[in-house]
Amino acid sequence: MFFNSDNLRHVAGRIRRAGAILALSITMWSGCSGIGAHAGSFEDDVALFAARSFAESETAVTHLQVSGNPLAYPIISALKDGRLYAEEDSKKVFIKGPDGKIIDAANGQSVGALPDGAGVVRLNNRLRRTIDAALGSLTLLSPDVSVRVRAAQSVFKNHEESSLAPLDAALKNESNDAARKVLTAARAAVILFKADASEADKLDAITIIKARGDQDALALLSGLPGDMSPAVARAATAAMTSIKGNLALWSTVQNAWYGLSLGSVLLLAAIGLAITFGVMGVINMAHGEMVMVGAYTTFVVQETIRTSYPTAFDYSLLIAVPLAFVVAGAVGVLIECTIIRFLYGRPLETLLATWGLSLILQQAVRTIFGPNNREVGNPSWMSGAFDIGQITITYNRLWILCFALTVFIILLAMLRFTRLGLEMRAVTQNRRMAASMGIATSRVDALTFGLGSGIAGVAGVALSQIDNVSPNLGQSYIIDSFMVVVFGGVGNLWGTLIGAFTLGIANKFLEPVAGAVLGKIAILVLIILFIQKRPRGLFALKGRAVDA
Amino acid sequence: MTLSTKSLSSGLLSRRTWLTAVAGLCLGFSTFTPAHAADDTIKVGILHSLSGTMAISETTLKDVMLMLIDEQNKKGGVLGRKLEAVVVDPASNWPLFAEKARELITKDKVSVVFGCWTSVSRKSVLPVFKELNSILFYPVQYEGEESERNVFYTGAAPNQQAIPAVDYLMKEEKVQRWVLAGTDYVYPRTTNKILEAYLKSRGVAQDDIMINYTPFSHSDWQTIVSDIKKFGSAGKKTAVVSTINGDANVPFYKELGNQGIKATDIPVVAFSVGEEELAGIDTKPLVGHLAAWNYFESIKTPANLAFIKEWHAFTKNPKRTTNDPMEAHYIGFNMWVKAVEKAKSFDPDKVIDALPGIKQANLTGGISEMLPNHHITKPVFIGEIQGDGQFNIVSPDDPTKAKLVPGDAWSDYLEGSKDLEADWVTLKCGNYNKVTKKCGGQAS
Repeated sequence: MFFNSDNLRHVAGRIRRAGAILALSITMWSGCSGIGAHAGSFEDDVALFAARSFAESETAVTHLQVSGNPLAYPIISALKDGRLYAEEDSKKVFIKGPDGKIIDAANGQSVGALPDGAGVVRLNNRLRRTIDAALGSLTLLSPDVSVRVRAAQSVFKNHEESSLAPLDAALKNESNDAARKVLTAARAAVILFKADASEADKLDAITIIKARGDQDALALLSGLPGDMSPAVARAATAAMTSIKGNLALWSTVQNAWYGLSLGSVLLLAAIGLAITFGVMGVINMAHGEMVMVGAYTTFVVQETIRTSYPTAFDYSLLIAVPLAFVVAGAVGVLIECTIIRFLYGRPLETLLATWGLSLILQQAVRTIFGPNNREVGNPSWMSGAFDIGQITITYNRLWILCFALTVFIILLAMLRFTRLGLEMRAVTQNRRMAASMGIATSRVDALTFGLGSGIAGVAGVALSQIDNVSPNLGQSYIIDSFMVVVFGGVGNLWGTLIGAFTLGIANKFLEPVAGAVLGKIAILVLIILFIQKRPRGLFALKGRAVDA
Repeated sequence: MTLSTKSLSSGLLSRRTWLTAVAGLCLGFSTFTPAHAADDTIKVGILHSLSGTMAISETTLKDVMLMLIDEQNKKGGVLGRKLEAVVVDPASNWPLFAEKARELITKDKVSVVFGCWTSVSRKSVLPVFKELNSILFYPVQYEGEESERNVFYTGAAPNQQAIPAVDYLMKEEKVQRWVLAGTDYVYPRTTNKILEAYLKSRGVAQDDIMINYTPFSHSDWQTIVSDIKKFGSAGKKTAVVSTINGDANVPFYKELGNQGIKATDIPVVAFSVGEEELAGIDTKPLVGHLAAWNYFESIKTPANLAFIKEWHAFTKNPKRTTNDPMEAHYIGFNMWVKAVEKAKSFDPDKVIDALPGIKQANLTGGISEMLPNHHITKPVFIGEIQGDGQFNIVSPDDPTKAKLVPGDAWSDYLEGSKDLEADWVTLKCGNYNKVTKKCGGQAS
């Protein structure tokens, strides 16, 4: 076991840590009977990676895990990240450091460059699971709390007996409460699956796992082998029933959250239409295409950032929002001035004209950007999820909910407190009176339509984060948008808000029962029935303006 | 023509204007009867949507056909005659497919048509091809349960894609619990029916199968993904078999990634997700999820490398990906050329009779053969998604030596269908019932 620490400087931090862990592990494993005493030297095990077979690689990982060699950790983590290279003919294996330096995996010596015949050691899912298990027990003593927690989670899932000794060592030193809890649960999982553990230990283990109470705990308990003693089996069944009851309660909360999230998407899609259709009364079938224009603006912004300022990627959406508003708004004003202006009061013609327009816009985008989906990335603050109790909340959905509400409030404030807002309300309520008061109605019309379109464009920025950016993006939202506006009450922004969330939540509570397809149909039927009863929607405008 | 009338009416009948007039007249005639001038070319119809929902998938197939025809013409055409592509756009509109097919065959007099993607578009053009007796090459994996005299199916039947994928998961990942998730239309429904019957025949209990359908371009996957998570925490290894159609896949995979479902926990094997679809997603959270196809761009054979190189040169875009249905058109087109050369004729009847038995090297190192049931033999690959949007082949070990599986028109796992056989060479029947010994059986 000779290696030159100079050559390893680039992975020094990680190795030193791993080395410390391993020094500890070696003493522990030497105490465990037989595990360390496998056949073949470290070099032979490493050479197995050059065999280009998943099974051989798996053997190599399991051997390396217990070899106690300080190179085991860098090799296995390099394998996981696709930085482990092997040459089939010479049976040589190389680690490519994160900084691009190459070392020989068998002895840790630095190598100038990768030989031509070397290729990345390939992975499949089974191998990845073995790696996770190996890294789990190798990183239990990591100084980083989050790494320790992740390691403990992985041990909890794999519950391999060999992890018991490092777990005990880790528990002894653990000072962080959260990590301690996860480690204890992981230890309980190992004990529960250990064939020779006593019944009392196993019953204790079940209590700990029951306290954890999540999906993983349920999965672990339902995976118990059938040969448990009756007392353990009974305790496990009881624990499972209790966890299931608990989870059922949480799933209601989860559904409500999903409903809010779907509602926010509906609100975003519909809020622009609430202006063009709701306030102006234009049946705008090209509304979805405004959303699409916004999404493609996001794509262009991201593409520019990617090629010119890659570091600013996380801000791409902040830049895209005002741009999308301007671009979609400008398209909206153009449409109003060239087409819609001549069709006021002729709803059928407006419907046909805007529908034709939507086809033109789609095909234009298809010609410019191609028919394929365009990749719009999620900035780091919009990826991933966090847990509250037993429910998972994804960041992108949370941000979209916040964003939808912000847009709604801004729009409401604009209509109420700005001069343009006042003029808009005046013109839509009584055009002739407004005109006689000196308001340039045609200019206000164009601006109102531009505002609605601009907001649709802003919605496109948000939707690009959760949906395809393709020429068909808008089509899938147009029906939903009309549904929300009609249900909420034409001409009332609050109605749109309540309508969107009502439909979202109703949909998400129906979906688990009826399935996605039937759920959607059921919602449509309910809306039809509702409209029969209240033709003007949830919040009907009252007064003379309605009949005008 | 306008030129000649104008010069005549101007009354200045000099010799010169006369000549111009005659020349114009000739020119006019020649444009009226293009068949005369282009007598030598053979027309090949391309029936793929270039607008509407399906343009995302089908535009590429139009391009690859243009490339193949161009290449064949450089080699001197077929039987000494140049090929000429006739491209029409059925605009993802199923009835329009039938209209455009009729137009191709009767007006443009094409000798063969390459086209369609969705099963419903294929079903829509079937009566036209039967009535007018022409040939259609269909390049997409489909649900089977069909064999027509005028159609040649170069995509995979369920036994060439779905069943081997399930076998792989059973053997390599030891999967015991199955989610069959699909878009709500004929291909996923039939495929899932076959898979359900197959899984039961392999001893999987009803409780361990969850079937879920979603509408086209479904975008809110939160509930379904968390249902899958719940279904997967029953202590048995769980996998998702996805027949989710193109558009809906991006939000589906995004949701999987966001909810932290990794391929090591619950792998998803997809039948409709290829290199093209992955181009729109950041694939890093998806590494390890699977797809089953008969071709992957990442298979390094000389034929495939040459094909990719030519594709990049033809499209003038070094980033354009290749995919499975493109290879199907490559095989189908070359088979048609060989059949025409064998029959020494472009006559549909003669070409249809010549096609079964034709062999053509595919791009992954094997030799595909057109079978009497009008399906072809194909290798089956299982690939894992990589961080760069390409696939890493995990089965078979050496992709270039993959075993070829003959396409089966009628599934062996469905009641009614298992008694049927298609054979256009000896039986001259697409749905021969082996039990009643009659042609014209129906699958239940």
